[in-house]
Amino acid sequence: MELNRRDLLKRAFRTGLALFGGAAAFEVVRGELLADDGRNAQVRHFAMAVDLPLCLAAVSCSDCVTACHKGHNVPSIPDKKREIKWIWKEPFDQAFPGEAHEYTRQDLKGKEVMALCNHCDNPPCVRVCPTGATWRREDGIVMMDMHRCIGCRYCMAACPYGSRSFNWSDPARVLPVKAANPEYPRRTKGVVEKCSFCDELVDTGKLPLCVGACKAGALVFGDLNDAGSVVRKALAGRYAIRRKPSLGTGPNVYYLV
Amino acid sequence: MRDLRIIIPLLLAVLLAAGLPVLYGLLPGQKSVPPRIVLPAGEKACVMPADYMRENHMALLSEWRDAVVRAGDRTPVMAGGKTYAKSLSGTCLKCHAKKSAFCDRCHASLGAAPACWDCHYFPEEVAHGAE
Repeated sequence: MELNRRDLLKRAFRTGLALFGGAAAFEVVRGELLADDGRNAQVRHFAMAVDLPLCLAAVSCSDCVTACHKGHNVPSIPDKKREIKWIWKEPFDQAFPGEAHEYTRQDLKGKEVMALCNHCDNPPCVRVCPTGATWRREDGIVMMDMHRCIGCRYCMAACPYGSRSFNWSDPARVLPVKAANPEYPRRTKGVVEKCSFCDELVDTGKLPLCVGACKAGALVFGDLNDAGSVVRKALAGRYAIRRKPSLGTGPNVYYLV
Repeated sequence: MRDLRIIIPLLLAVLLAAGLPVLYGLLPGQKSVPPRIVLPAGEKACVMPADYMRENHMALLSEWRDAVVRAGDRTPVMAGGKTYAKSLSGTCLKCHAKKSAFCDRCHASLGAAPACWDCHYFPEEVAHGAE
């Protein structure tokens, strides 16, 4: 068959259009199918709500911190530069730099609020992790895999909430076995750790340790995709703020004010 | 050809050096002693047959680790009509409570140094710490 230049170009154009157009169309259709509007009832979306007035009423209480750190073998290191923390107290104006001002409500001003990993919808720590040691689970929990962490601390630089701590020394040296919870592993020198929303408990239908330890009932945990969940009810009834939402991380720890 | 006087002895020396491990094995004397491990008393079955476990326990543990940590899949393993949680300290070490008489024996003899115990507690350590 005679094939002139004109026909060759025509044919090449048609083939290209069919190939790339088809691939593009497939991507669009697949994208539509996979589009997650965050309201998929099959998938849970874990979040926490902190009732600030209730929490602050118990002035010197730190039951949640104790329960979490004891249960997860988090060593207590007084040196601020080396401390390990999963849940801690943060002054209001530092936790909410956009919210605090000269005339902040007296019951909030200068008070210390509970802070923990926000288990962001768009976690910057996950974006920067070079080994996949931290990732966002389908149910919203931002997990850490200590087996894969190489201790580069990119995630610590990326997290705008200071939720991550680095093990500068072997935690076993400051954490006596006697005081440890042998059911949960400790960490090793050179890995980054943080709150895991108690995935080991949540996976078996239990509540996180901090929530269970709060006598005031100021911590509420549940599934955002379930309209009847305690956390959705708490958010429906009260005005809630989140830490640094303007950064676009989509934090999942809400503070009821 | 006049260099053969040097080449041949050198060649023989190289061959001898290369074959030394084989020759050493042919020498009479005591063979290396395989490690003696202490199996848990009263327990008959493991999650997998002993032959499989001997060779592949590390792969099985990696599989369990990936399932639990990475996939959040905590469905128990069925074996011999019993269910086992996918857990090193929660399942394996409940039977093999003496790490020093089981894990360590082979690992030491083979020069393997798994990093499991950097983080995971083992019963002897816990018992010792409680004293």
